[in-house]
This record gives sequence, C-alpha cells and structure tokens, in this order.
Amino acid sequence: MTEIFGIPIQALMGQLVLGLVNGSFYAMLSLGLAVIFGMLNIINFAHGAMYMAGAFFAWMGLTYWGIGYWWALILVPLAVGVVGIVIERTMLRWLYQLDHLYGLLLTFGLALMIEGVFRYYYGASGLPYSIPEELTGAINLGFMFLPKYRAWVVVVSLVVCLATWFVIEKTKLGAYLRAATENPRLTQAFGVNVPLMVMLTYGFGVALAGLGGVLAAPAYAVSPLMGSNLIIVVFAVVVIGGMGSIMGSILTGLSLGVVEGLTKVFYAEASNTVVFVVMVIVLMIRPAGLFGKEK
Amino acid sequence: MKNFNKKQICVAIFAALGLAASAQAQVSDNVVRIGVLTDMSGAYSDLAGTGSVVATNLAVEDFKAKNKVSWAIEVVSADHQNKGDISSNKAREWFDRDKVDVVTDLVTTSTALAVMKVAKEKNKIALISGAASTRITNEDCNDVTVHWTYDTYAVANGTAKAVVKQGGKSWYFLTADYAFGQSLEKDATDVVNANGGKVLGAVRHPFPGSDFSSFLLKAQSSGAQVIGLANAGTDTTNSIKQAAEFGITPKQSLAGLLMFITDIHSLGLATTQTMYLTEAFYWDRNEETRAWSKRFFDKQRKMPTMVQAGVYSATLHYLNAVKAANSDDTQKVMAMMKKTPVNDFFAKNGVIREDGRMVHDMYLMQVKKPDESKYPWDYYNVRQTIPAAEAFQPLAASKCSLVKK
Repeated sequence: MTEIFGIPIQALMGQLVLGLVNGSFYAMLSLGLAVIFGMLNIINFAHGAMYMAGAFFAWMGLTYWGIGYWWALILVPLAVGVVGIVIERTMLRWLYQLDHLYGLLLTFGLALMIEGVFRYYYGASGLPYSIPEELTGAINLGFMFLPKYRAWVVVVSLVVCLATWFVIEKTKLGAYLRAATENPRLTQAFGVNVPLMVMLTYGFGVALAGLGGVLAAPAYAVSPLMGSNLIIVVFAVVVIGGMGSIMGSILTGLSLGVVEGLTKVFYAEASNTVVFVVMVIVLMIRPAGLFGKEK
Repeated sequence: MKNFNKKQICVAIFAALGLAASAQAQVSDNVVRIGVLTDMSGAYSDLAGTGSVVATNLAVEDFKAKNKVSWAIEVVSADHQNKGDISSNKAREWFDRDKVDVVTDLVTTSTALAVMKVAKEKNKIALISGAASTRITNEDCNDVTVHWTYDTYAVANGTAKAVVKQGGKSWYFLTADYAFGQSLEKDATDVVNANGGKVLGAVRHPFPGSDFSSFLLKAQSSGAQVIGLANAGTDTTNSIKQAAEFGITPKQSLAGLLMFITDIHSLGLATTQTMYLTEAFYWDRNEETRAWSKRFFDKQRKMPTMVQAGVYSATLHYLNAVKAANSDDTQKVMAMMKKTPVNDFFAKNGVIREDGRMVHDMYLMQVKKPDESKYPWDYYNVRQTIPAAEAFQPLAASKCSLVKK
C-alpha cells in the first residue's frame, strides 16, 4: 500500500473527505455569522444556540407532529429565522449605535438562556434523530465507505453557501444590502427600507444556523450543548477568513475542516487546538484575516 | 398550674435545658447539613444533577420516616460545573460559612479530588458517587472520603472480561484525552491482557468532542475485533452513533466501558442492542429496586442512574451512622460507617474498606434488542452478578497510604 509519512494513503484520503464534511458545517455557520457581522455589525454569540435550536426543532417536529426530515429542512430554518427576527426587532435593534461589546453581551446572554431552557426540558445527554431512509447506506469510494448522509451534507452546504454568495455579491438585492452596510442613511435616502433589510438579514443569518442544525441532527446527538461546543471554532473560522467576508468564511470553513481532518491523522490530540494555532499565525501575518480588507 | 410547686418547675426547666444542651453537644448546632455538589448544567447533568438532589431528599425522607431524632436535617445543592477550582471553593464556603457536614456526589474526577482535599483539611466528610477514577482510593486516598458507587477498575473489569470471554480478543481503544479516559484505558488494558486478549493500539480524542468519525476510521483500519470506548457521556453516545453510520458496527463490535442508562435511553435500543456494560445498579433488577425507582421516577420523570442510587445509599448510610454514633463528629461517624455494613436496595452487605472504597456487587448487563423491550426503560438483561470480592481492585494492590501492609 502506498504511504505518505508512514500513513497509508487510503486513511489519508478518508480523513480528507471527513474533514470536508466537518468543513461544510463550519462554512455554513461561519457564513451566517459573516453575513450578520457584515450587515449589522453584531457579533452574534447566539449563533450556536440557533444551530442547536434548529436541531431541536427538527426533533420536536418529528416527535410531536410527525414532520419528517425533508419538511424540516424547509420549515425549521423558517421557524428559526422568525425567532431571529423577533430577537432583532425586540432587542438587537437598540444596540446598533453602540459598541460591538453590547451586542456580544446581549447575544451571549441569550445563548445561555436558550441553552438553559432546552437543558431544563430535555436534559443534557441528547436525543436520537435517525437518518432519513433515502440517505441511509454508504457509497464505496474505493478508499473508504462514505455514508450517503455525509455526502448529502456537503452537497447541501455547498449549494446554500454558493447561492448566498451569489445573491449578496452578484444581484441587485445584494447590491442594496452592501450599500446599506456601507452607508445606511444615504441608502435610505434613495428609498430603500434599510431597517427591513437589516431585520431580514439577521433572520436569514440565523436561518442558516437553523439549517445547519437540521443537517447536524441525524449525524450528531441532538443535545443542548451541541452549539456551544461548535461555536468557538466557528468564530475562529470567521476571524481567520476575515470578519464579514462572505467568500472568505466559506473557503476558510472548508479548508479548516480539512486541516483539522489531517491533524487527526498525524496527531489526534491536537485536533481541536489546530484551528486556533492557525488563527494565531494568520492574525500575526494578516491581522484583518485571509480575505478581510484593512480599514 | 396549681399542682406544680416552684421546685418541680425548676427541676423540669433544668432537665429540659440539660437535654437540649446534651443534644447540642452531640450534633453540632443541632442540624446535619448535607451538601449535594454535582453537575447541574453540563454533560453529566442527566446522570447526576437534579436527580442526585432528588435521591438525597428521598434518603432524608426515608431516614425521618424510620427514626425519631432531635436534630434537623438540611439539604443544600450547587453546580460544580465539572471544574476543580469551582468545586473546592464551593466546598470551602459550605464547610466554613454554612456549616455543611458532608458533601455528596461529585461527578468528575477533577472535582472529586479537589473536594477530598478540602474535606480533609476542614475535617469533614466527602461521599463520592459520580466520579470514576481509582486515584480516589489509591494515590489520593484519605480517611474522610468514601468512594461509593463504582470506579474505572470495576466497570473495565466487568465489561472487558465479559467481552474477551465472548471471543473479542483483539482491542483498539478510543480514549478521551484526560485523566479519567486514560485511567479507564489503562484499567481495561490490564484486564484484556490478563484474560488472554491483545491491545492493538489506541487513539486519544480531545474532550469534549462531537465528531468521532476520523478516530473511528483509525480504529477500523486497525482491524481489531473490539473497539473499546474509554470515554463518557455525549462522547460515548456520539461515538456509538457514528460507528453505526460508518458501517463499523456490526463488523467490529463496540465495548462502552463507562455507560449509564441515560446513554442507552438517549441512543435508543436499535443502536445499542447487545452491547455489554457494567453498572452498580439497575432499576428493574428486583422488587426493592423497582419500588424505590418508581418513587424516584414520580419526582424526576426519568429512571435513576447508578450514580443517583449511590447518592441515596451513601446519604442514608451516613444519616444512620450519625444516629448510631449519636454525633456528627467526623471521626466518630466515619468509624461507625466503616463498622456497619451497608444494607439497602443498592447494596447488600456493602463494606467500606480502609482505603475508602465501598465494595458491593456489580452487575454485567447486556442491552436488550428492541423487540425484547416490553415497557419504557426496559433496557437491560442482567447477565452476571459480579461478587463484591471480585468487582473491585483488591486491597492488596491498593496504593493508598492508609492500607496497612
């Protein structure tokens, strides 16, 4: 068998693919964060809680009302988005003029409360959510068996991420959004309803987290702690990619997933620190992040 | 009042004062305070947490129903957040300011080791139920601590032995990279080797993790028959779930070295069927366990884990010892606890050894197949009772300085 640095090439390829799967989650979550930060200047610490809520909504839909996975893929992001809009309307909008820290504190507090509520009602050990029948089984890639569900996650995540990028960077709506970020007063003077756009942007950002949650539910245990375990890494991804950069967060998310996967082959113990090591190095060389622009 | 003369009243008052004074001399400030220090919010809050507080209150209730005592009993509780510094600060505050006499539960090794030291310094008692490491009764043992429910040796011993005997000779470990995981891996390795099995290797994963597929793939390529899961809580449940997803099971089998009934409940029987695990308690084992567990269920809406049952047993034994010694003095109570065998639904003729280990029978369980399960929480077949003498590390092998050799 061919080997690279004493590691069979099959194992290496396997880990690369798995890294890509994890990277898709990072990409989708960091994309949501980047959109929210870019448009609202809010560091949304509640993002992990929204991801967790997405997984729980999917579970609740199935358990209480018999809503299956496919419907959940559409309905849950909408529901999470509505929750986000309520939060934006009632709380966040008062903070736009203040320092970043206030938004961070508010969303952090919200995250703790949302997590606490779910933990109180559903406990910490997690709930089962099975993979939809159409996606059970595995594909033989020659070097590994890739469960169909994981492949599906990569596909959905890539499609959603690229579509988001396209809308924001290449369409008229996206142009309005970018203009509203650049100079909200002037944009409003041209007759664009900026507060409405900001509200929908936040709703969309957290809806992405909710979608991530639905995708994660069959792969990981649905547990109140699932968001806080992930969110720190996702923040690191956003920082590395450059705060607010759309393409940056997508590419960084995927590539850091791969870096993490490779670390697991060579030195598994370091696999949850490697992202932060990369972050330190990137910040030393490019303080604005890989794709960020210095202001 | 006319029937009493002054002299009689004086005598009566002095007698009453004397009684009160003597009672106070026995139990300090006339209240026994039990502090439940546990994981209220983290990964282990289901297997301990508020359930441990419920168990403690049940023990107090049962003690009061059987005994008339002049002193009061109070239960306080707090979240140790699975952090050593938080737990030792809380314990210090409880012992110094709130006059707590005994601390129970302590769900992680780090919190247990930290509180044991404070208890020793303040001369108070620690009754550990949730934590797993054998360090508690070896290198770090002291004379005010009892390790009640289980330890890594006991669970590794039961499960690993059974799996090797079933023909699972070659092993690969998936280990949580901290003191507890390493301790569990080491104990299981010893058992596998001693029973003629072979350990092919191990991969250490960061704690806590959520994606184990990479580590599982490594374990898969090792070709071992058995993948030993030396981790706990959501790490274990996620590993099991993902092993099924990647088609690793049932070609290779999994051995969960430390699993609780809440883990099985969370994963469902379809994923966990036929797995072996070792526990100190199963709610559906006999009439006595069922009766108590139903009472617990009415309050908590979940069946008790061995940790929660252990907290009950430890608290009740402690209260009985306070009554028998007629004192809450630490040394007197500890002596009484060690002298008296533990007899309740949790343990029969349990004995507290000089190293602080409470030895009792353990049970080897096999998870039922979905069609064997007839009612909610009907999860295990009890395959074997591991007698107390074999279940725990022999006293001769103990590294505890209190053991006379």
